[in-house]
Amino acid sequence: MAEMWINMGPQHPMTHGLWNMRVKVDGETIVDSEPVIGYLHRGWEKMVENRTYPQIIPMADRLCYGSSFTWSHVYCMTVEKLMDIEVPERAKYIRAMSDELQRIGSHLMWLAAIGTDLGNLTVFLYATRDRELFLDLFTSLCGARMTYNYCRIGGVRNDAPENWVRDLERTLDYFEKRLKEYDMLIDKSKLFRMRMEGLGYMSAKDAINAGITGPVLRASGVKYDIRHNDPYEVYDELDWQMCTHDACDTWARYRVRMMEMQESVNIVRDILKKMPKSGPIRVKPPRAAPVGTAIARMEDPRGESLMYLVGDGTDKPYRLSVRSPLFVILSATPQLLKGSKIADVPSILGMLDVCMGETDR
Amino acid sequence: MENVTYSVEQVRDKVSQAFPDVVFDDARMEARRLYMTADRSILFNLCKLLKDELGFCHCSLVSGVDRCDKFQTVYHITSYESNITLEIVVDLPHDEPVVDSVTPLWGGANWHERETYDMFGIIFKGHPNLKRLLLPEDYKFFPMRKDCSEGGL
Repeated sequence: MAEMWINMGPQHPMTHGLWNMRVKVDGETIVDSEPVIGYLHRGWEKMVENRTYPQIIPMADRLCYGSSFTWSHVYCMTVEKLMDIEVPERAKYIRAMSDELQRIGSHLMWLAAIGTDLGNLTVFLYATRDRELFLDLFTSLCGARMTYNYCRIGGVRNDAPENWVRDLERTLDYFEKRLKEYDMLIDKSKLFRMRMEGLGYMSAKDAINAGITGPVLRASGVKYDIRHNDPYEVYDELDWQMCTHDACDTWARYRVRMMEMQESVNIVRDILKKMPKSGPIRVKPPRAAPVGTAIARMEDPRGESLMYLVGDGTDKPYRLSVRSPLFVILSATPQLLKGSKIADVPSILGMLDVCMGETDR
Repeated sequence: MENVTYSVEQVRDKVSQAFPDVVFDDARMEARRLYMTADRSILFNLCKLLKDELGFCHCSLVSGVDRCDKFQTVYHITSYESNITLEIVVDLPHDEPVVDSVTPLWGGANWHERETYDMFGIIFKGHPNLKRLLLPEDYKFFPMRKDCSEGGL
């Protein structure tokens, strides 16, 4: 049969953002594919060269609205490294706690999205409803539902509000029960499993070479998590387990993310136990950064995020380069899709948790 | 790759043994960070050594910097076994920004090099598909260069 190219995107229910997955099909089988990105390119890296260091924090939030705290966090860590600032202990714990809450929120958004991708609106409604609880927590912490503008160079903007620990524990208790319900709803459902098991196979060797990071890498059986292997903030003092799976397929990616949500709950509980009850949460940073370069990397909900900063002694960065996990994972999608059926594309790509804001920058 | 872990000092010694011209920034060296500057003629062989013999299996980031009098490409490369992230800075002359591609070694560098070409016009020799990535294909300029001003603010 004659082969032909099909555009899945830029406007397509599968894409979750504005991008184009061109697939070459022979009948229903994908023989080749090419991701086309750039529709959301805002020139982020050029824009920040004309902003002062604190002005970039809300812009870093907007790299990905689904996990905005982690992006402003990695930006602040990079600038602190260049300015040689030591963050107060309590601020470190608050940051790590916000990271984990953000991870749960981001994974719930992903769960809602694959629910509709795989044809089940119940999962979408359940996950969106539970995500709202975490957004409420963030609202009480910093006043915003999504783009928080909460991390600061040298700490965080404000301390946790009154009754924060009580509200957080209530939410976590409730959410743990809900996670068991998800397991029953999805793991035990034959329909879901048929659309996930055995699809989008990627061996550990290929995944490492393609630069894939985060839950997708750990679903290929690679034991690598920056929180564990290159710890930042207080992660080396916390007691937690890395979540990996050996199946290397779409099902494994789903399981790793579900396990990570449970693990994040455990981490937040551990943080609440070990966090100093009071203390400073912020130090005053200098206005200008010294001449030099700095990097910081962290485990974003989607993978490894890294920023490379060049300072030239003024109050504006000379160059700020961003490594977005999804940017690299998308470049490897042709390897994931080859040989699959075209009906499996939403399942395979949905499991990557695509976010175009950080990919196109 | 068998599971052999190296300390930062061991990596440093092995690299300087094979490539005596590589300059290390010892003052900034940390337990999991290593900084070095290399000439562009040895970049590919240096990366090959890092990948094949020292277990640096993951290319985190390739970025370009326009220093006005010269271009730089900066490579951040990670070892999953040794938990080290190292930085290689390579200087390129402004009138001839050409450097060997590392995509044949690490597939993860593919789009980073395409993006660097897209934004700075740096040519990566040996790249399998060096064309514009984020910007439209008929763009005439390279926007991240310092002589290309943003306007407005």
